[in-house]
Amino acid sequence: MNVLRNLLDKQKPLFEKGGKLEKFYYAFEAGDTFLFTPNTTAGKHGTHIHDAIDLKRMMITVVIAMVPALLFGIYNVGHTHFLAVGELAEATFMDKILIGGIAVLPIVIVSYAAGGLVEVVFAIIRRHPINEGFLVSGMLIAIIMPPTLPLWQVALSAIFAVVIAKEVFGGTGMNVLNVAMTARAFLYFAYPGDMSGDVWYYLGDKQYADGFSGATPLAVAAEAVALDGAQPVAATLAGFQDGLFTFWNMTLGLIPGSIGSTSFIAVMIGAVILVATGVGSWKIIVSGFAGVYILGLILNLAGANEYMSMPAHYHFVMGGVAFGIVFMATDPVSAAHTEWGKWVYGLLIGIITVIIRVMNPAYPEGIMLAVLFMNVFAPLIDHYVVQANKKRRLQRATV
Amino acid sequence: MPKHIKLKRGFDINLAGKPEKEVSDAPPSDTYALKPTDFLGMLRPKVIVNEGDTVKAGTPLLFDKKQEAVIYCAPVSGEVVEIKRGEKRKLLEIKVLADKQIVYEEFTQHSVSDLPSISREDAQSLMLKAGVWPQIIQRPYGIVADPVDTPKDIFISTFDTSPLAPDFELLLKGQGNFFAAGVEILQKFTNGKVHIGVNADAEVSSVFSDVKGAVVTKFSGKHPAGNVGVHIHHVSPIGKGEVVWTVDPYGVAQIGKLFLKGIYDASKVISLTGSEVSKPQYYNTYMGACIDKITEGKIEHRNVRHISGNVLTGEKIEDTGYLGYYHHQITVIPEGNEYEFLGWMKPTTDKLSFHRALGLFSFLNSSKKEYVLNSNMKGEERAFVQTGIYEQVLPMDILPEYLFKAIMAEDYDDMEALGIYEVIEEDVALCEFIDVSKHDIQGIIRQGINLLREG
Repeated sequence: MNVLRNLLDKQKPLFEKGGKLEKFYYAFEAGDTFLFTPNTTAGKHGTHIHDAIDLKRMMITVVIAMVPALLFGIYNVGHTHFLAVGELAEATFMDKILIGGIAVLPIVIVSYAAGGLVEVVFAIIRRHPINEGFLVSGMLIAIIMPPTLPLWQVALSAIFAVVIAKEVFGGTGMNVLNVAMTARAFLYFAYPGDMSGDVWYYLGDKQYADGFSGATPLAVAAEAVALDGAQPVAATLAGFQDGLFTFWNMTLGLIPGSIGSTSFIAVMIGAVILVATGVGSWKIIVSGFAGVYILGLILNLAGANEYMSMPAHYHFVMGGVAFGIVFMATDPVSAAHTEWGKWVYGLLIGIITVIIRVMNPAYPEGIMLAVLFMNVFAPLIDHYVVQANKKRRLQRATV
Repeated sequence: MPKHIKLKRGFDINLAGKPEKEVSDAPPSDTYALKPTDFLGMLRPKVIVNEGDTVKAGTPLLFDKKQEAVIYCAPVSGEVVEIKRGEKRKLLEIKVLADKQIVYEEFTQHSVSDLPSISREDAQSLMLKAGVWPQIIQRPYGIVADPVDTPKDIFISTFDTSPLAPDFELLLKGQGNFFAAGVEILQKFTNGKVHIGVNADAEVSSVFSDVKGAVVTKFSGKHPAGNVGVHIHHVSPIGKGEVVWTVDPYGVAQIGKLFLKGIYDASKVISLTGSEVSKPQYYNTYMGACIDKITEGKIEHRNVRHISGNVLTGEKIEDTGYLGYYHHQITVIPEGNEYEFLGWMKPTTDKLSFHRALGLFSFLNSSKKEYVLNSNMKGEERAFVQTGIYEQVLPMDILPEYLFKAIMAEDYDDMEALGIYEVIEEDVALCEFIDVSKHDIQGIIRQGINLLREG
């Protein structure tokens, strides 16, 4: 490794103050520190030893937690492709992976490239280090998109999100909104035709098999309510297209949806990684699912229509709620920062998600708006927790 | 039965190089120094000796123009050989070349039975004159106490939970009477109580547990359970406008010795610790000793960092530097000034981490495993990202992240309301150690304290 180190050391003066490429210092630094942990030592005062953690390690942990969801997503895009075109019986495992890879990998690459480029440009202009936060955002943006999304839209949304959601606030750590959710919301409202409706099956150059419907479970459930003499939603789902949307199938994730968010099981593997490593807040995850379940139960009691009467645990496995709670709501920067605040924050995300799903006819899925909405309100929640702390201190003061 | 406070939050850093419980005489150092930089609150130090003057142990060397009553004295007798100044003539060190046999300034001597009848005024003037006053630290701010104050309470923590910390029982061996006398004197200064915090997890010597007139409280838990700031928070928290004093056990004994023997005795036991020390143990020496003779021949490698104090709050000094006024240990660890290929993602079990992120497997090690940690930062400074972490190593009802941010934003009201009066550097040292974003958190706290003192 000495060869590489020497090479980097030789180039370094070019980028340092007074060097020819001074402007690109932070781009060089990003590469340098990616390869080598720097040789900086602690100061004269203060702690002389430091924990082995840094932001790079923390962020890469989140990326690793997303890998099961990504890999399953690749497989599932292939699987649902063959399902939709009616060739499932002939397709092998490798066929599915191949088709999935062709659909998904370009999206991941474009998302990283476009967002990363903006990061670098901002780092150079604003003279701040390139932040590791995009390691996570880049992956997140890619896997919450439909597999059929045009690549230019992926690039556009990544650029929009990095600039508007993050850099204008000062970069990683300063953002109010979750970067990836902002990317998705941007597309959702700017290009609704490519983000909703019949976009969940990657068809390539083929056509749907005769009579095949491209609807998602959430759409089926929402429609079920409007019909006269509706069946219970669970039965409608189970009966849809030869049992495509049985509870088990939805848990496993062999259903249409955003690339990485269909499988409850893959997402929960990620949740276990996040919680075990302490990188994601278990409080937000638990309270988020609790919020979904509690409102689900309350709606069961009300039971005004069939959707309300749907068993509450069905909400966990339909749409992106699990993925959103595990990977989006737990983003430490845009979530509540206080420990009590995290309970409230997670709970409200769960509740709002179900409200939007069940009671709002315009949007079949609610997790995206719920997370963004609570991102905005997280500082308010924290404000009350902080005030309570101040008050306790004030009460024991004598003057 | 003393109250027992169990602290759940904290983190023990188990480093290699713990001292053997054995005290030897250190080879005497040639020079001893008083460093005005050890006193954080000192604004305008004024030297009152010249190079070439001869001094006795207890001869005034220095005072602070902003606090003229408090005198800082020579630890040993000898000749003032150098008054070292740095940039902008900042006073750094006053060095005394020591005599072979130490000669002491003589102060009024008292017998144990006299102690109760001494008035606060008399006690105070003797302590100020004889140079033991700087042992008294005031909270808030963690600076030398102002003699005009009457503190709400006085706190003494008799154990140190910092990494490789020396054992105060060994430091005060055979000095129980001086410690008791010191406590008795300190009681004159407060209308409240003298509180002694003892370690609930260890056998406590009667030197600390049987002191007349003091309130003993037991504390158990991980570091910072031994920090006096934590004790104050749980026993009698500081509100706005209140003042509490703290003294470490060595300072208490030194005060007691002044009254019972009539001398300023700066002799002390220190520990030489750290992974780079070939045989870590305790040594007899004096305050402000030059560490060169003490460490000579005992350090195994070249590329090391000498620290006066512990690895969390100490000061980096040269290998010919001087022991800090309040320090009872010298720590020597490897200097981490090297690059590490993919160091940020390489799986490892030898790097200690409070976290369990990718590849950090140190949590799998037995809790008895001793670590060799170097001074590398192990990452670069970033904005605050991870939340809910600092709380886990600060056993106080404080929201650390909000406090740090209030200081960085120079928001005076918020700093006060969020509890800056309750903490000094040592209390947040662990927050700095575990920080993902590598902030200089102790520096931030001191910056906030300075803002409040100026404002």
